[in-house]
Amino acid sequence: MIKSFYVFLSLLVVSTNAAAVLDITITQGMEEALPIAIVPFDWQGPPENRPLDMQVTIANDLSRSGHFRTMPSDDMPQTPSQFNQINFADWRLLGMENIVIGTVRNQPNGVFDVEFRLINIYSGTQIAGFRIPAKRDQLRRTAHRISDIIFEKLTGIRGAFDTRIAYITVKKVINGSNQHTLQIADADGFNPKILLESSEPLMSPAWSPDGTKIAYVSFENKNSAIYIQDILTGNRARVANNSGINSAPAWSPDGTRLAMTLSKEGDPEIFILHLPSRNLLRITNNRAIDTEPTWSPDGSSLLFTSDRGGAPQIYQVTSTGGNARRLTFEGSYNTRARFSPDGQSISMVHRSGGQDRVAVMDIMRKEITILTNSRLDESPSFSPNGSMIIYATTRPGGSELAAVSADGRVHQRLGLQDGDVREPEWGPFPPQ
Amino acid sequence: MINRIIYILTITVMLSACGTSNVKEDADVVEGGVSSSASQSSDTGNTTSFGTNSDSRSGLSLLDDPASPLSVRILYFDYDSSDILPAYREVLEAHANYLVQNPTITISLEGHADERGSREYNLALGEKRSQSAKQRMLVFGPGSSQIRSTSYGEERPVVDGHDDESWSQNRRVEILY
Repeated sequence: MIKSFYVFLSLLVVSTNAAAVLDITITQGMEEALPIAIVPFDWQGPPENRPLDMQVTIANDLSRSGHFRTMPSDDMPQTPSQFNQINFADWRLLGMENIVIGTVRNQPNGVFDVEFRLINIYSGTQIAGFRIPAKRDQLRRTAHRISDIIFEKLTGIRGAFDTRIAYITVKKVINGSNQHTLQIADADGFNPKILLESSEPLMSPAWSPDGTKIAYVSFENKNSAIYIQDILTGNRARVANNSGINSAPAWSPDGTRLAMTLSKEGDPEIFILHLPSRNLLRITNNRAIDTEPTWSPDGSSLLFTSDRGGAPQIYQVTSTGGNARRLTFEGSYNTRARFSPDGQSISMVHRSGGQDRVAVMDIMRKEITILTNSRLDESPSFSPNGSMIIYATTRPGGSELAAVSADGRVHQRLGLQDGDVREPEWGPFPPQ
Repeated sequence: MINRIIYILTITVMLSACGTSNVKEDADVVEGGVSSSASQSSDTGNTTSFGTNSDSRSGLSLLDDPASPLSVRILYFDYDSSDILPAYREVLEAHANYLVQNPTITISLEGHADERGSREYNLALGEKRSQSAKQRMLVFGPGSSQIRSTSYGEERPVVDGHDDESWSQNRRVEILY
């Protein structure tokens, strides 16, 4: 019953994909973006059977990263699909540095063979070439994997296009109440899936490090409680349901522990729940607010937000407890820290001139760089390769998701759908 | 039904791993799948039912008297503060005394915050607000179990605007009978 309901829900969501149209706007790109042409992939079958325009998904990935400027297909001098068809002189004349060509072939067993080559026009050589077999429903993911390979070959940074995001949506329904959903989608906003719907608030989605589960806060029993839900099966378990608040779940990098905020002993304090044994370890002990724990990539320490100094600031404590050390001193209000994947810097919400902005701080140099410029930005979350930060921002009539490169040079908006979209959390790399 | 049991077992195994069976009370297992409303969950555990106006307890009319401090059901707060403003001391004392006189009645104090700052910090701030109202009331002698404090953070604003006026109305503790 439960399973069939889940399947039904998935179908429902898939069928409404057309309504939840992807709308990514690059609001600011890099001046030195690399020109690249993604030539339409050759398809020999009837046009109406073409399974997916691979080149469109790849070009969208690359251009929204801000690192690339993709050539419109109408401007292309030719549409080769094989190396020996490329007229290098024509492309050189247009100043094109790299092109991607490819084919999609239908195999008898319902599998498609996707083949692509990344070619440098100036040297006239192939930089990468792969053949990837994929079923029809895997083709979009295959396109993201191709984007990842191209991105890594040309920038030296591992691509994070084949990843997912989790987020919360809130929509007003007719009788004046709100409908809250927990959803996941591909990093480009496609394939949204509803994991949970509730008339009560949902908060703080957190990916397990292996990408199979999401921890979150639900108020479905008229108080905050922490749940862990398996993404594939929909099975879920309540792991914290004490009096007071049960919130801010954060997975340890090895996935065995969940840091969280509980106020069952009075003040909001940080605890670590060891999931296999259910042992609960108290980390902070302070009359102030202590919340929003997040783990260092090596699992040795936690960052958290505390107002023990009078206003909220970011503190660091070892993951076995002990004395906390204040990390942020610039600005009257710094909250919701997250480590960059390399552990060298942290993202946070930083108040500057009365405006809440996304900022990053280099941990060694303690230098804060403000990355965004709107009024009420919140919930920054690093992509797993550390190159982008997704966050929520207000717009007239609600909130939406936006992303900024970690160096602040590339800005984009992700118009996922109507209603409020908030608390984006970028998922981990898929297993290799 | 059998499916459901299997799912529950799966979760139990998943969370207790390697045969450890030291599962504490606060770590219970709920029905799998997707829930669409709060009322579906059957094992609500510690959910208390609050006194409502549905019965005719003596004294309830006092609560409806607009001249009484008991008619004040919302306390407002300064920005990023959980201090009870002087104007509400009399209100909290009146509610506390009412609970002393009606020891079977329970209330809920719901803390809320404005939208500025992070959601989790605001959830904790709402909690501090409802707790500080509760502590102030307990001075006057009601039973601790008569007052449940909880927080919704910034998740349930009464006003949707993004300005000082809206924010001041959203920083509040609601007294719910």
